[in-house]
Amino acid sequence: MKRLLALGAVVLTTAALAWAGAESTSAPKTGVAAKPVITKAVKGEQCVEDTEYMRRNHMDVLDHHRDKTVIEGVRTKKHSLKECINCHASETTGSVAKGKDDFCVSCHSYAAVKIDCFECHSTKPQASMAMHPMNAESAHYAHKMATQTNDKVSAEDMAGIAQ
Amino acid sequence: MSEDKSIENTPSSPERRRFVGLAASAAGLSLAPGIMLMEVAHGRPEEQAASSAVRWGMLVDATKCGTGCNDCVSACSTENGWTPVAESQHKNQAPQWIRKLELQDPLTQFETNLPMMCQHCADAPCVDVCPTGASFKRADGIVLVNRHTCIGCRYCMMACPYKARSLVHEPLNDTQKADVPRGMGCVESCTLCVQKIDRGDGTTACVEACTASGHNALLFGDMNDPESEISKRLRELPTKQVRADLNLNLGVRYHGI
Ligand code: SF4
Ligand code: SF4
Repeated sequence: MKRLLALGAVVLTTAALAWAGAESTSAPKTGVAAKPVITKAVKGEQCVEDTEYMRRNHMDVLDHHRDKTVIEGVRTKKHSLKECINCHASETTGSVAKGKDDFCVSCHSYAAVKIDCFECHSTKPQASMAMHPMNAESAHYAHKMATQTNDKVSAEDMAGIAQ
Repeated sequence: MSEDKSIENTPSSPERRRFVGLAASAAGLSLAPGIMLMEVAHGRPEEQAASSAVRWGMLVDATKCGTGCNDCVSACSTENGWTPVAESQHKNQAPQWIRKLELQDPLTQFETNLPMMCQHCADAPCVDVCPTGASFKRADGIVLVNRHTCIGCRYCMMACPYKARSLVHEPLNDTQKADVPRGMGCVESCTLCVQKIDRGDGTTACVEACTASGHNALLFGDMNDPESEISKRLRELPTKQVRADLNLNLGVRYHGI
């Protein structure tokens, strides 16, 4: 009886080992999700905080900053979502949340945490008006430029009248 | 009223200079001259909170507002990224931050034109009724909706005597401006171009557009500063608050209504 039990145990262990071995070789293909793609920020060398700190705490940092901005009107660049987007927008999609490998989405879908930010916030950096004054896509800036030219003309006119 | 020039908001306008001076004194004496110069370029320093020493306001001269002119409305739509009502799929519920009104006196047939938007009430009914505190008045008098806390109940829309607020009914699909977050399920209204004020532009998109169109019917500035252009004009001109009987102490004043 004892011998039979021992034999049984040996058979079971071997089977278990074999099964475990089989699983460990096939594991990357099934069960586990692919690791998120973390693209290096396009602009800038170093994040405003350590990477490790940001991975754990970016939501708190952003939360704090948003209240300062919305309620008090403090618009410092450090910890501003707009600046995160400016640095981390993907070179291919131009966004942090459009493609599945874009900076925010990639980790968030891996962690299965829904992002609410982009229900309201743009996922793309704003084109810099200061750098491209002639590419003004909006009527508002066209107006602004028109105002400036008007100013000049009227100043000259005034000078003419004065003379 | 004869000098149209005075209404143009040039970057070197007196109210701006005074504001810069105020910001500099509040920031302290330890600042180096170089930093002071930075402040001249940007108005309020970005790390400084909006202050109640300032009260932003607007003066609308209805006698100068052009019949059929819609420039302030389209400038607002472009600056803040809301779709013009004419282009919206569901016009009855399309968000609108500013609208043109044409009024006619039934007896004399006299026509009045004016833009209507959030009046930035000092005692704002929308703020009173908001159950979550999302509707709030910023220190410098601008009434805003904190979209992070707005639950879209629309009490404020009911409470506002000026029909100034809209609810966003449809998803915006990432069409928002980077500086102007907006989203489905939140109420919104005129922000006096808060993003421009914080940048130090010292004016709003509608005022810029009105000036550019040559009508010069809009003037923006600090009503707390007796030396600002708007305060001077308010002293000179007879102005009215719409529904003055409600005693809300409005940030937008009208001349010629
Ligand atoms: S006009 Fe309406 S939305 Fe604006 S502050 Fe007054 S009550 Fe609020
Ligand atoms: S809709 Fe939003 S801002 Fe208006 S009362 Fe409700 S929670 Fe407040």
